[in-house]
Amino acid sequence: MKPTHSEIQKLLAARQRIERIFKAVAVLTLVIAIGTLAVLLIDSLADGINRLSLQFLTSYPSRRPQQAGILSALVGTIYLMILTALLALPVGIGAAIYLEEYAKHHWFSRIIEVNISNLAGVPSIIYGLLGLELFVRTLGLDRSLLSGALTMSLLVLPIIIITVREALRAVPTSVREASYALGASRWQTIWHQVLPIAFPGILTGSILAFSRAIGEAAPLIMIGALTYIAFLPDSLLAPFSVLPIQIFNWVSRPQKGFAENAAAGIIVLLIVLLMMNAIAVYLRHRYQKKVYL
Amino acid sequence: MTIISQQVKRNKTYEGILQGVLFLCGSLSVLTTLGIVVVLIFETIAFFREVSLLEFLTDSQWTPLFDDKHFGILSLLSGTFLTSMIAILVAMPVGLLSAIYLSEYASTKVRSWVKPTLEVLAGIPTVVYGYFALLFVTPLLQTFIPSLSGFNAFGPGIVMGIMIIPMVSSLSEDAMYAVPQRLREAACALGSSKLQVSLRVVVPAAFSGIAASFLLAISRAIGETMIVVIASGQQPRLTLNPLVPIETMTAYIVQVSMGDTPTGTIEYKTIFAVGMVLFLSTLILNLLSQWIRERFQEKYE
Repeated sequence: MKPTHSEIQKLLAARQRIERIFKAVAVLTLVIAIGTLAVLLIDSLADGINRLSLQFLTSYPSRRPQQAGILSALVGTIYLMILTALLALPVGIGAAIYLEEYAKHHWFSRIIEVNISNLAGVPSIIYGLLGLELFVRTLGLDRSLLSGALTMSLLVLPIIIITVREALRAVPTSVREASYALGASRWQTIWHQVLPIAFPGILTGSILAFSRAIGEAAPLIMIGALTYIAFLPDSLLAPFSVLPIQIFNWVSRPQKGFAENAAAGIIVLLIVLLMMNAIAVYLRHRYQKKVYL
Repeated sequence: MTIISQQVKRNKTYEGILQGVLFLCGSLSVLTTLGIVVVLIFETIAFFREVSLLEFLTDSQWTPLFDDKHFGILSLLSGTFLTSMIAILVAMPVGLLSAIYLSEYASTKVRSWVKPTLEVLAGIPTVVYGYFALLFVTPLLQTFIPSLSGFNAFGPGIVMGIMIIPMVSSLSEDAMYAVPQRLREAACALGSSKLQVSLRVVVPAAFSGIAASFLLAISRAIGETMIVVIASGQQPRLTLNPLVPIETMTAYIVQVSMGDTPTGTIEYKTIFAVGMVLFLSTLILNLLSQWIRERFQEKYE
């Protein structure tokens, strides 16, 4: 039986209603998800803004929440990141160059590739177990800045390799061919042509990789980064603390004053992260224009 | 002539050395995996010399830090299962809905704003989420559920779910985006509404990618550490009640390593045995996710 005109009208109206409802639900979920982000930021800002002061930034941890500060953790984070960058960047870039420019279709590079994508999915705490056994105990580096940096290097290495490979892949093959045609060797081509073009991509990718590492606490707790440090690390083998661990320590204390300190620490950590991301975005924006003009 | 050939020869040696160095850099990632596997196996074998596998798998208590020691991984597994399930129950619908919305409905302008904002959720350090779970979400939930304990699986599970939304949504959206436009056009030409196109054409066609994203998200939730360390408590118990304090595998590993546990003790070995279970569960999920994506990917052309 053929449906009448009014029946079709009704069906269509119902269909449009469902369509509108679905769209509303989808938008609502998105708003809730993003709203949570806003609530999270506002909540920690409201809790911690009063504690944020120069005194907070320049004091060592203390048993009295009002006098406690974040100096050793902030400096520890900066030292750790610099050291990790010095260790992980050359190796990561080297590995990416090997995979992308030398052994692109070799069976070994396929193994490394599968391996890297699996490593990127290994929980960070497992890297902590590796660091604990290998660097802290077996190599006897103890709970030092160096142990921390080595562990973090292994953690960020897969991410760095993946992003650097993407940057290298974005360099047009014609550039390489032109260089070879002029008689340049493989390495000369990579060093003088490919790397300069890929540099902004490598830089932004690395900054983003490190902005992930900077918030990591679990692997560093594993290798024994301390929570109470009343001095600045003065050598590679000195004990250290970092921002996320200091925040963790304050969160786990029952007194209300420490919760405020934790919130203030969170603000500092988020500002550091925001700055790193802003630099990455700026660099990408700036160099993208320059290279392809 | 000889000068040139000497030069060429020297260049070749130089190139060879460089290639060797770069090769070593590449192998380091394989060595890392080997290192993880060797360390875990080594300490896990040492652990099972002292504790029977049967006890490990069937005992209902986990108390290696007490005098009366029990080594039943089930209580830690149930804690991990509980928090991850709550997380995935939050992340799955929200992630999938936003993926459908972003891929099929949203204008380019909305997309270019919403996508990066969602990604920010994944970039927030997990200690921050832990703080949020313990001091904001749990107290908020307690006003609705008065029996909710200060440490529990519910609040941290929800917060963890929020954290992994971007993972589900961006991977699913990539999969949907890869569905050829002509499938949508064909469905539209047959009189389908947009919703019908989305749910009956695009989602099934992108199913392998969506399933893979769910598995990756579960794997991520299982390995997540700081949120549950801060907000779930440290009481391993075999329960599926989300309102009471529990302990996950990751939280246990952190708990032990915060105390100064000497090498060689059974407490020290337990964290590697637990680490092994954790490593295997996430590895299996990751491999499964890759396999599904490759095996069930719809091929067009």
